Formats: sequence, structure tokens, C-alpha cells
Amino acid sequence: MRLKTVLLAALGAATLAAPAMAHRQWLLPSTTTLSDTNQYVTVDAAISNDLFYPDHVAMQPAQIKVWAPDGTMGAIENAATGRHRTTFDVKVDKPGTWKIGTEMSSVMGRFKLNGETWRVGGRRGPPPAAGAGAPQGAPRVQSVATPAEIPAGATEVKLTEVMGANAIYVTAGAPSEGVFKPTGKGLEMQPITHPSALVSDEEGQFRFLIDGKPAAGVTVTVVPGSKKFRESEEVQELTTGADGVLRIKWAVPGMYWMSATTMDAKASTPRATERRMTFTTTLEVPAP
Amino acid sequence: MRPAYLLLAGAVSAPATAQTVSVTVPRLKVAEYHRPYVAGWLEPVSGGPARTVFVWYDVKKGGAEPGTKWLADLRSWWRKGGRSLKLPADGVSGATRAPGTYQIPLPKNLPTGEYVLNVEAARETGGRELVRVPITVPGRGGSATGSTELGSVTVR
Repeated sequence: MRLKTVLLAALGAATLAAPAMAHRQWLLPSTTTLSDTNQYVTVDAAISNDLFYPDHVAMQPAQIKVWAPDGTMGAIENAATGRHRTTFDVKVDKPGTWKIGTEMSSVMGRFKLNGETWRVGGRRGPPPAAGAGAPQGAPRVQSVATPAEIPAGATEVKLTEVMGANAIYVTAGAPSEGVFKPTGKGLEMQPITHPSALVSDEEGQFRFLIDGKPAAGVTVTVVPGSKKFRESEEVQELTTGADGVLRIKWAVPGMYWMSATTMDAKASTPRATERRMTFTTTLEVPAP
Repeated sequence: MRPAYLLLAGAVSAPATAQTVSVTVPRLKVAEYHRPYVAGWLEPVSGGPARTVFVWYDVKKGGAEPGTKWLADLRSWWRKGGRSLKLPADGVSGATRAPGTYQIPLPKNLPTGEYVLNVEAARETGGRELVRVPITVPGRGGSATGSTELGSVTVR
């Protein structure tokens, strides 16, 4: 029920654009570096506040895709969803750099019909069984799934196109660049420092692109995992330069969650006035 | 790595009196001991790709988890070039060594210049250590000593 409450709160906020939830969606690979092509990588996938502690909600394995270095699509195996996290395996049977993660695109928003607020798209509520015990008198927001279903008499239509990607990179043998080829759509990351070549005493550099062009001024959050073992979370809020490049000095060696979110008005969906784009990854930064 | 070899072969080479590195694998009093994986490589101070001098790993273990699986545990070597080296490599790769001191000749065809010799050791259920020795080819050697996984590393 907490998730639903938070969603309703988000709907009530002045803008849908602001990320109302602090929860972070993360993918945690068992390793990002394999010495040959006869191995598996196993991945945890969850949504939680603290990285990488699975203590809130599991990610759905159905949305996970696997991109092999040669441009073909791989598959996940042995997916299992627990209370707090999903785990799955990927057979890494081709040399080079693999990409594993999610890509989603949707439209969210709201409109008024006869004085009542309706919402468009977004997440579905909890399944009926879980929803049966909903508190009495909780506000009910009616919704339609897609903008096409907005009735003719709707007013104050406000739609946001939402594009999000969350991907990790696993390299078997020598690294390759194929999975970083930009599609030219939305917010994308192109490494200057290859994810397989990160080390804690050297600056990490990543170029962010929007629609294939360098994205200046994008805010990127960088958080190392395992904060229980130190005082500070060591979170960094960084901004890409004029060339779209983000430069990261690593606080400690470890697994890092890196997430960029930006907005613009270049929505391609009819009637959508704005576009929210998110790119998230997990990076392994070994000690030198 | 491969284009670098070609470049190195074409450059001015040092005289045939190649230097030698001696590496000590220390004897460790631990409950569970496995011989370490050890790699040595040269990094030109002026920049450019690293050149692997030697790598010792479990060359015999095959099956689902062959000895090559843990080469990436030599994490600096792996990143600096190990990952693009085809193994086994003639004159470069060999079996793991028991505690003791070993002499390895540096390549004879090294271009003259300043280098850092790196020796990295990683041990199953154990630690990992990197020892770096700045040297000049030809001529000046050097020495450094590890504190846990490696003993003395000396270039003469």
C-alpha cells in the first residue's frame, strides 16, 4: 500500500516531472569482468533507498533484456523473484562487452473530466488481492492506460513522455564498444572510460547524449554501495560539462550506482508537452 | 596489444644483454594455501601499451572452471593488457610457482627508455598485491619489496 500512497502523492504534486520517489532502481552483477566466455554472471535486481541493500521491492524480471556484443539479443535464465529482490543469470558466451537491463518508454499524465481528476498511464496499483484491504475513504483516482483513451471532453490535459533505461555492462575478455552505439533517441551514455577499465584512483569519464547530441548540464547522481560500513553515504551530485562529459572522482573503491535524469520539451507523443529521460547504470570500480 | 608488439619490434632495441627480474613468492603461514597467480609487465613511462613479461596461472585445470577463469583477479594486469593476451602465450605464460625466488629475463628487444616493471600477485582465498619498480632500459635496475603476497622484486 505504501507504493500506492506515494503514487497518489506524486499525482497531487504540482508537476509530474519531479522524481517524487527517492527509491533507486538498481541492478547488481556478481562481477563485471570475466576472463573467458564459458561463464555466467548472476544479477540482483531491486528497488530500494540504500545501495545495494534489497529491503523494499523486487524488480520484475520480465522487463530485463540482454544485448550481446555482436548485436544479437541474449536471454536471462533462472529468474526468481523474492520478497525484496529478483535474481537472474546471464550466460556470457561471446567475447566483448554485454549490456543487461531495461528500456522503457511510456506516457504519464492527467486530465480533468467533469471536474474530476483522471490519470493517464503510470504504474498499475497493487494486485486486487493486495488492494482488497485498502483503507476506507482513500482517495480514488480514475485512470486510462493510454493517451488515445482520453475522452473528447477532457480539459487541462497534461502529458509527460517518460523514457528510462537502466543497464549494466559485463565484459568477457577484451572490451568492445558495440553496445554503446547511440540510438539517437532520448538520454544515452557513451563511456570515455570503458566500464571495464574503471579504477578508484583514476577519474571516470562518461559522455551523455540527448537524441545523439552531447547533453550539457545534465544532473547525475553517483552513489557508492555499502554505506553501512562508513559514516557518509558519499553521494555526489554532478553535472555534465558543455561537451556532455561527466567526470567522476571516486570516493572509495566499490560498486557505484550512477543515475541521470533530465527534462525537455521535445516530446514526440501528440499532446505531450514535456519529456522526462532517465539513464541508470551500476559501475564496478576496483581498487588500483 | 597486438599493434604495440609490431611497433616495439620496429623501434630501436636495447643491446642483447637483457636485464633480469627476480621475483620472490613468500612462504605464508595460512590455514588454506594456494599458490598465487602472478603477472609481471612493463609500462613505458612515456605512455603506450603495457607489455606482459610473464604470467603464472593454473595452466592444467580444465573443465567447466578452467584455470584461466581467475586471471581477471590479477585486476591491474587484466586491465592494463592481460585481457587482450591470448593464452597460453609462448615464452610468457607458465604454471604457478611454489614459494621461492625466480629469475625471469626481460625481453631482449625492448626499445630503450624508462619503464615501470609491475608485478602483481593474487591468491585464492588470499590477498592481492602490486609491486612497482621503475627501471631504465638498458642499464638502471631497481628493487622493491611487497608486504604480504610478494617478497622482493629486483631488476638487475
